[in-house]
Amino acid sequence: MYNFDFEQPASVEAAVAALQAEDTLPLSGGQTLIPSMKQRLNAPAKLVSLTGIDALKGVSVDGGTLTIGAATTHATVAAEATAYPALAALAGGIGDPAVRNRGTIGGSLANNDPSACYPSAVLGTGATVVTNAREIAADDFFDGVFTTALEEGEIITAVKFPIPEKANYQKFEQPASRFALTGVFVAKTADGVRVAVTGASEEGVFRWTEAEEALSANFTPEAVDGLTASADGLISDLHGTPQYRASLIKTLTKRAVAAA
Amino acid sequence: MPKDHGIGASPKRREDIRFLTGAGNYTDDINIHGQAYVHFLRSDVAHGTINSIDASAAEAMEGVLKVFTAKDFEAVGGLPCGWQVTDRFGEAMQEPKHPILAEGKVRHVGDPIAAVVAETPEIARDAAEAIVVDIDELPAVVDMKAALAAGAPKVHDDLTSNLCYDWGFVEENKDAVDEAIKNAAHVTTLELTNNRLVANPMEPRVAIGDYSRGTDEHTLYTTSQNPHVIRLLMGAFVLGIPEHKLRVVAPDVGGGFGTKIFHYAEEAFVTFAAKVVNRPVKWTASRSEAFISDAHGRDHVTKIELALDADNNFVALRTDTHANMGAYLSTFAPSVPTWLHGTLMAGNYTTPLIYVNVKAVFTNTVPVDAYRGAGRPEATFQLERVVDKAARELGVDPAELRRQNFIKPEQFPYDTPVAVSYDTGNYHATLDTGLKMVDYANFEARAAESKARGKLRGIGLAHYIEACGIAPSNLVGQLGARAGLYESATVRVNATGSISVLTGSHSHGQGHETTFPQVIAEMIGIDESQVDIVHGDTSKTPMGMGTYGSRSIAVGGSAMFKAAEKVINKAKKIAAHLMEASEADIELADGQFSVAGTDKSVAWGDVCLAAYVPHNYPLEDLEPGLEETAFYDPSNFTYPSGAYFCEVEVDPDTGAIDILSFNAADDFGNVINPMIVEGQVHGGVAQGIGQAMLEHAAYDENGQLLSGSFMDYAMPRAADVPSFGVDHSCQTPCTHNPLGVKGCGEAGAIGSPPALVNAVIDALHRGGYPVEHIDMPLSPSRVWNAIQSVK
Amino acid sequence: MTEVKMTVNGREVSGDVEGRTLLSTFLRENLGLTGTHVGCDTSQCGACVVHVNGKAVKSCTMFAQEAAGADVATIEGQAGADGSLNTIQQAFQDYHGLQCGFCTPGMVMSAAALLKENPKPTEAEIRNYLEGNICRCTGYHNIVRAIMAASGQDVPAVAAE
Repeated sequence: MYNFDFEQPASVEAAVAALQAEDTLPLSGGQTLIPSMKQRLNAPAKLVSLTGIDALKGVSVDGGTLTIGAATTHATVAAEATAYPALAALAGGIGDPAVRNRGTIGGSLANNDPSACYPSAVLGTGATVVTNAREIAADDFFDGVFTTALEEGEIITAVKFPIPEKANYQKFEQPASRFALTGVFVAKTADGVRVAVTGASEEGVFRWTEAEEALSANFTPEAVDGLTASADGLISDLHGTPQYRASLIKTLTKRAVAAA
Repeated sequence: MPKDHGIGASPKRREDIRFLTGAGNYTDDINIHGQAYVHFLRSDVAHGTINSIDASAAEAMEGVLKVFTAKDFEAVGGLPCGWQVTDRFGEAMQEPKHPILAEGKVRHVGDPIAAVVAETPEIARDAAEAIVVDIDELPAVVDMKAALAAGAPKVHDDLTSNLCYDWGFVEENKDAVDEAIKNAAHVTTLELTNNRLVANPMEPRVAIGDYSRGTDEHTLYTTSQNPHVIRLLMGAFVLGIPEHKLRVVAPDVGGGFGTKIFHYAEEAFVTFAAKVVNRPVKWTASRSEAFISDAHGRDHVTKIELALDADNNFVALRTDTHANMGAYLSTFAPSVPTWLHGTLMAGNYTTPLIYVNVKAVFTNTVPVDAYRGAGRPEATFQLERVVDKAARELGVDPAELRRQNFIKPEQFPYDTPVAVSYDTGNYHATLDTGLKMVDYANFEARAAESKARGKLRGIGLAHYIEACGIAPSNLVGQLGARAGLYESATVRVNATGSISVLTGSHSHGQGHETTFPQVIAEMIGIDESQVDIVHGDTSKTPMGMGTYGSRSIAVGGSAMFKAAEKVINKAKKIAAHLMEASEADIELADGQFSVAGTDKSVAWGDVCLAAYVPHNYPLEDLEPGLEETAFYDPSNFTYPSGAYFCEVEVDPDTGAIDILSFNAADDFGNVINPMIVEGQVHGGVAQGIGQAMLEHAAYDENGQLLSGSFMDYAMPRAADVPSFGVDHSCQTPCTHNPLGVKGCGEAGAIGSPPALVNAVIDALHRGGYPVEHIDMPLSPSRVWNAIQSVK
Repeated sequence: MTEVKMTVNGREVSGDVEGRTLLSTFLRENLGLTGTHVGCDTSQCGACVVHVNGKAVKSCTMFAQEAAGADVATIEGQAGADGSLNTIQQAFQDYHGLQCGFCTPGMVMSAAALLKENPKPTEAEIRNYLEGNICRCTGYHNIVRAIMAASGQDVPAVAAE
């Protein structure tokens, strides 16, 4: 990879200041960024590591809200987000154990890989993304593949999840990468049901609103029977056609409801 | 009681100590003082004309020693092909030049264009990016049939077409086969592909070239299965370096599976460049680079027709295959779809008439060559798929249709209509063992249980034959091999009785350091710890052909046996002298020479000492010392066989396959170390499962590799495979090698793909989805698509 | 170049690194600890797994400077001071859980991390935990059995009786 300067600040303020320099990227767990730098697809002049900032780490519960620091690893979320079992299970299924010991929720969300797991939980729960500058509702955060509402130099500090009555994530793995070939996150709250789909769309994570309506009226797998997920705009690659992914969306939604 | 030492025992592997403690010595672990590093600039287009290469900016960069292009290699040869196939019409195959660095054209993504030697790997890579290459991209040919169409772009402008050869076997049988198929009571036809694979040993390839001005000697450290073959090919055909000035070392090698047999451009490059820049030069492939520079495997497209009479006897078989060679001929590429494939088409059956046609085709893809099984998996897959389909069409049990057509135990030795003679086998026994292992009789109850859970259960069987221990040199020479295929061993007895065996075989995971001493220990009756194996260094071992084709114990082990026999015969003469007895009366057991019918004996160690301190020694009749070499050239291939069973559950909603059990009943002849044999089967079966449901080196129509990393090329992981049932109790020893062994390295990868595919097709049929075939890999989406197609 | 210090296998070490120097490179090239292997460039094969502050990580997907001050354990530090194999290493030998040996260091380090978290894993738990460690030789069968044995659970003997 190309060479770069490495900096590891101890506070959010220092990190934000360091990120003002040109060609500077934040580095969280690095489990996606480092491989892409090896391929020379990314060439920052400086990396600012966020993993030395204690304020960005940890899982806490306050009333009905679970808050996760942005630099909290997947392994920690899997072990400590017991108040939100569906989220803990999702975190425990990302990558592999060694990846989960490095990868972080903030890094995953800022990257917004169209096949990543976390975006579906954030969108499917209606979570709030907290940055050093503001709070962003999940519905406003994801902005297409590898794109988010984050401004240059803005970093995620935490994610706040309203804990749903019931929730479940069903991941159907792409056999090589073990990312989601299609993943469906279903959450039932007092306000209704949200269904978020990852891995399937060329536009990244999205909500399946027809299913949400049907499930808000009747939270059973059968409620989805009469629906068909559209194949329009879904990904076509070695691992599946748009039609296949559309079929998976429906199957996984039913399974998530059954398991929630 | 299992044996605790010698042949048939399972001692722990001695090589494990270094591998388990991080003390292995793999090629990338070697660093030579003053070494420089090379980075290859590789083509990112599949086909194009190189107009110009401007390396001036790269050469000006600090730390760059030299940039090489094809011009630097004008005085040396191209990479040789080690096998010439003669076509149906008696003509030699078309054989293009394979330059070290691309000459005028690039022919596949990954074709090396230039090479930068620099102080560090990163500087070399930075500089390679600064090279400006002007390429006019040309239309690529990827699909084999399109490559043969009139007017198709030619991969090699100096050849008449993209057809390497059109091979017919056995050509004299063609009309009789056609006639038999025309008149048969039933003909089952199947069209299928054998998917292109990447071997992916976990250790990527590495090569280090070192040159000594003081002695004019070249040393190449390389990740090879056969260092002597590399020395011969590179020294004699590429660089013109005589053997005594060229040493090739293959130290610990992290898996091979065929792809480390071949002589690659990078090896010749570092050897050549080390002298030019007068520094050691090291190349370490990244995994991404391996995907576009290691020879790939398989990639056949086949139509097979099986004709049966009214009593379900196989009467004729006809196959028509297109085999992808890629852009150049890799070392043994032409032999794989021909002599390693057509000769196995009889399988385990008495089919009297067989005709095999193979068209080998050049395309703008990475060269294709041998990968674990090499030709035999392709033969077995199509045959065992078509037999299964025939059973379904005829409404008979697939196991019974096979049994009915098996060569019977009393028919051995059996001459097939495809030129080989099976020495021994007992296919009924392996089939029966397998049927018991899988509890075939109670399958229906298990299927009903799955159905109750909404899942489709199926069971699949394949019975394979393979030809191992390649092979008689005079025969392979007639078939086009440009090398001999013997093996060598020197048994060097030391003065106090310990032994070093220098072997031309090479272990890259097979455990030779443990198994070879078991044979010597058994023969002499000494402890295995008294025997060490030396391999992987042309300066130490006699000329040998290396390890591939499940040949190590069958050919290399036999060479060792022969050399040890010579040693023992000489030692008996010495013992006779020491005991003042007749040589004919000397017996050797448990490390003691004794005189038959007396209580006189002398220990192995004392005889060895006498050989090296010959004070009381028959010097007038016998030279001092105790060291013998043998070259063993087998008189036939060996023919392992076996029955493989796979039981699966298919999720009809997602197409996902869950392998519930996998059982293998093999006949490997005599077994030296059961633990290691079982490990070989486990690994082979996992690779076969990988081919059948996960792995695919897929190209798009422009010749871009779509699965160029582990992100898209699905390697089998621990949770993809079950624990395996293995059995090798059926043993029909090989009749023509001294150990009676057949070889076990490739069997698992040969027998498993058709067993798995047959199981999935069975599950779909039982579930009411009459799908006749799905091409590998049976990914969830392909299985789901197949279900939709018959809904 | 920046000087980085850490503890590796209980020993204080230091070396000059660039920003881009990976932990795996630091171990292999700076320290000569070549037991940690690199088998891919997409963080999947797991041949490079080491422990950093007690957690299994892929050393090819972590910069050396990120490990500054950390306690790092590699395959070279697993055997006893007298060279005797530890329980996991011994089980890999006893149950033939390795062939070419290239993936083995990562397998052993991952197995150690698993047994720390889950001292008596089931076969399915072992297989799932090894998702990030690819072996091309063994078909995993004997690796799974070795880890079962290392956890003190009954495993049938390796070779046919």
